[in-house]
Amino acid sequence: MSSQTFLLDGKETAFVTGQMILEAARAAGTLIPTLCYLKGETPTGACRVCLVEVAGARSLVAACSTPVTAGMEVRTDSERVLKTRKLIIELLLASGTHDCLVCEKNGDCRLQDLAYACGIQTMKFTPRNAGYPVENENPFIVRDFSRCILCGRCVQACNEVVVNRAISFGYRGSASKIVTGGDRPYHESECVFCGQCVEVCPVGALTEKKARWTGRPWETEKIRTTCPYCGVGCQQWLHVKDGRIGKVTAVEDAEPNQGRLCVKGRFGYDFIYSEERLKTPLIREGEGFREASWDEALDLVAAKFKEIIQKDGPDAIAGVSCARSLNEDSYQMQKFFRAVIGTNNIDHCART
Amino acid sequence: MTNSFADFKKAKMIILVGTNMTEAHPVASTFVKDAVLNGAELIVMDPRRTELANMANVHVPLKVGSDVALINALMNVLISENLYDRKYVESCTTGFEELKKKVMEYPPERAAEISGIPADAIRELARRMAAIKPAMLMYTLGITEHICGVNNVMSCANLQMLLGNVGFECGGVNPLRGQNNVQGACDMGALPNVFPGYQRVDNPQAREKFMKAWNVPSLPEKPGMMMPTMMEGLTTGKVKALYVFGENLANTEPDIHHVEHCLQSAEFLVCQDIFPTETTRFAHVLLPAAAWSENDGTFTSSERRVNRVRTASAAPGEAKPNWWIFKELAKRMGQEWTSASAQEIWDNELSVLAPSMAGIKYARLENDGLQWPAPTEDHPGTPTLHRDGKFTGGLGVFKAIDWIPPAEVPDQDYPLVLSTGRRLYHYHTRTQTGRCEGLNDLLSEETADLSAADAADYGIAHGERISVRSRRGEVVVRANVTDAVPPGLVWMAFHFREGCANWLTNPVYDPITQTAEYKACAVQIAKLR
Ligand code: SF4
Ligand code: SF4
Ligand code: SF4
Ligand code: FES
Repeated sequence: MSSQTFLLDGKETAFVTGQMILEAARAAGTLIPTLCYLKGETPTGACRVCLVEVAGARSLVAACSTPVTAGMEVRTDSERVLKTRKLIIELLLASGTHDCLVCEKNGDCRLQDLAYACGIQTMKFTPRNAGYPVENENPFIVRDFSRCILCGRCVQACNEVVVNRAISFGYRGSASKIVTGGDRPYHESECVFCGQCVEVCPVGALTEKKARWTGRPWETEKIRTTCPYCGVGCQQWLHVKDGRIGKVTAVEDAEPNQGRLCVKGRFGYDFIYSEERLKTPLIREGEGFREASWDEALDLVAAKFKEIIQKDGPDAIAGVSCARSLNEDSYQMQKFFRAVIGTNNIDHCART
Repeated sequence: MTNSFADFKKAKMIILVGTNMTEAHPVASTFVKDAVLNGAELIVMDPRRTELANMANVHVPLKVGSDVALINALMNVLISENLYDRKYVESCTTGFEELKKKVMEYPPERAAEISGIPADAIRELARRMAAIKPAMLMYTLGITEHICGVNNVMSCANLQMLLGNVGFECGGVNPLRGQNNVQGACDMGALPNVFPGYQRVDNPQAREKFMKAWNVPSLPEKPGMMMPTMMEGLTTGKVKALYVFGENLANTEPDIHHVEHCLQSAEFLVCQDIFPTETTRFAHVLLPAAAWSENDGTFTSSERRVNRVRTASAAPGEAKPNWWIFKELAKRMGQEWTSASAQEIWDNELSVLAPSMAGIKYARLENDGLQWPAPTEDHPGTPTLHRDGKFTGGLGVFKAIDWIPPAEVPDQDYPLVLSTGRRLYHYHTRTQTGRCEGLNDLLSEETADLSAADAADYGIAHGERISVRSRRGEVVVRANVTDAVPPGLVWMAFHFREGCANWLTNPVYDPITQTAEYKACAVQIAKLR
C-alpha cells in the first residue's frame, strides 16, 4: 500500500498503485458510469462510456483501463467529457432497436439509465435496422441481437468467470455479432445454460425467456433465499410479483456463489407451480386414494402408530427424513421419532 | 468440508477424486476453473474424462474401485522418497508407523496392476503432489458410493495429512455434498445414532440433556436402523410402519425390483411429499407438504454454512410446512410442542441443544449465513477446520487400510462395469426438474454412455437403443458413444424412471455407513434384435 495521491475533479485523492482511475474514483465516492466494465475481470475498454479527461493527454481516456499515476489530474465532469459521453450513448441508442416500451429489460437497463442521466431528449441518429433475427428457440434465454451493444460482458463472463467458453465475438465491423461455435443457437452449442451471460448483460439483448411478462422491476419484490438443489448453497434473488416467482438471479458478492448460478438454480424454480402438486391429504382406498381432511389423516396416522407401538413396540416403526428439506423439518422429524415414538430408527439418504 | 468454497479460486493445487463437479456442483466447478486460469495445478482422478479432466494438468483414469490401492501407492512413494511433510506428521498426527507398514505393501507396481495406472505415472504423480503446498482435495460420491466408501474417505484424509495439507486455507479434505441439505439433515440428528449436533444417543449425559429439553421421561439408548436395514425389516416383519419424508426411494435405492417389494410389504406406509412419486404409490396415507419457496427456514451447505430460506409464495391447497405436520402428529400422540415456527425451533431448541451451533441465531443469518462451529453468539463462524493442523480431536489419526475390490466385478456373463451418477440438466428422480419448463428439452431421456471401442465391439451405433442388463434387471436405453468413458465401462444416471440405473445397481453396502455401491456393478450390453 502506498499513500500516493492524484487530483480527482480538483480534489486530492488517495490511490493504490496499480489501481485504475475508475476504481480509485469509486473508492473515493465518485461514480463514473460504465457499460462494459465487469468487476474483478481485466477491463476490455470496449464501450468508451467511462471516458475521462486527463491533463496533458491529447484524447480522453477510458477510466476502467487507465492506471492512476501520482499527481495525475483527472476530470470526470468536464464539458468535453459530458458531451462525448452523450454522443456515445446516442450512437449506441441508434445502433439497434431500443424501443424500451416493449423490452423486457425496461426499468433495469444500463443504457436506458445512461440515456436518462445524459439528458437525451430525442433520437438524434436514425436507428440501424435489426441485422440478425432474434434467437427464441432455446428453452431459457432470448438472444435479441438488435439490442446488443457489443459491450462484450457476456463474452467475458462466459470465458473468464464461469469458463464455459461457449461464446465469442464473431464477424467484423458492422456485421459484428456475439456467436457460439459455428454461430449456432445456444442449445446446439457448448452452452450449458448457466445464464451468467444474462446476469451480466447490461441491456435487453439477453433475457430470461420464462420471465417475460411476469413483472416489471418496479413491480417485483426481491426475496433472498438459498438454492434447493445441490450442496453448494448458492444465494439467489427470487423476483416475486403477487406471490409468484417470475425469475431467479444470483446475489452478487454473496458467499459462496459470488453472483453465479447454474442452470438448475437459475431456471429450475417453476416446479412449485405444477398442477401435479399434492394439495390435500390422501388416504388409501382400494387401489387408489381418496381426499381427506388434515384431522382425519393425522388421526389415522397417530392411531396406527399407537397401535403398532402397543403391539410390536416402538422399534417396529422407522422413518426416513429428507435431505432436501429444511433443517427445522429434519429436527422435528427426529424429535418425533425419539421423543414421541421412542425409537432411534431415523435416517435419511445421507449417502446419495 | 474442512474448508470453504471461497478457497477454491485461490488454491495453488487442486486434487479432485471421484467428483464430476461441472455437472453435479456446477458453481463450485467455476471456481476450480478460475483457479486453473490463475495458474493453479489441477489433478483429476476419475475413471471418466470429465470436463475438468480436460482442463487438468494430469488426468488419472484409474479403474472403478481402485482408489485405496492407488492412494496407498502414492503414499508409498511419498514415504520411500521422503517427500512427505515429516514435521507435520510428527507434530500433528498419530498412527504413522502403522500407515507406513501398510502402504509399503503397495509399491507402485502392485497398484498399477489394480488401477491400470502405470507405476512410473504413479511415482510422477506423487512427486507432483508433494511439490506444491498446500493442495486442496475435493471428493464426491465416486469415493463414498462403494462397499469400501469409508476406507476411501480415510485414504483421502491419509494422503492429505501425509502431505501436511489439512488445517490450512486452500487445503483440507472436502467432500461436496450432493443435496442442498444432506449436511443439515445430519447436523439435525436425522441419523440413527446421534441427536442434533452429533451427540451420541448411547451417551447417558446426552440422553439426560435431551430428556429434559423435550420433557420426556426416557429416550431410547440403542442406536436405530439405517435405511437399508429398515427396508429389509419391512420384508421380515421387523418393521411394520415406515414414514417416508420427501424421498423417492423407489427410484433412488439400488435394485428397484427389490426396493418396491420392500415398500409393498409395509403394513403401514406414510409418505409426506410435494408430489406423487413412484414411492407414494405404495402409501397408505399421503400428506401434502409445502415446498422450498413456501417456507421460512434454513439449509446447511457443504461448507457447513447455515443459510436462510425465505417464503416467497403460498403453498397450494391444504399443503402445510413439514415441521407443522410433525408438531400436529406429536400433539395427537400426547405431546404438546411449544415452538410454532421454524425460527422458534432453531433459536429456542436446536441452537440451545447443539453446542457447535449455539452461537447461530436467525438474527445473525440475514446475509451470508454462518459456518459452524460457532459456539457463542459473538463467534464469527469457522471457515477452516483443524486450523494449523490442530485437530478438533487432538491429533489427526492415520488409518492403515487395505484395498478390496468391488462386490461385483465383471466376468464372462457380465463383462462390463456399470458406474452411475448425476447429469447437469436434471436432479435425482426429476420430481422437481422434470416439472420445470425447459429442462426436459435439454435432456429428455436416459442414455448408456460407452466408449467407441466397446460400441464397435458390439456393433452399436451412437443413438441406437440397446439393452443393458445386470443380475438384477434390464433397461433399454439409447447408446451415447463418448470418449469421456474408457473401454470396459458403461455409465448411467438415475433421473428417468425408464432406463433408471437403479434397476441394475447392486444392493451391497459399506459395513459402517450402509452406503450402497452405486459406483460399481457388472453388466452386459446387447443390440436390440
Ligand atoms: S448461458 Fe452460460 S455457458 Fe451459455 S453462453 Fe451464457 S455464460 Fe456461456
Ligand atoms: S449480448 Fe449483452 S452483454 Fe453481450 S455484448 Fe451484447 S449487450 Fe453486451
Ligand atoms: S445454483 Fe447450481 S451449483 Fe448453486 S446450489 Fe443450486 S444447483 Fe448447486
Ligand atoms: S466501461 Fe470503460 S470502456 Fe466500457
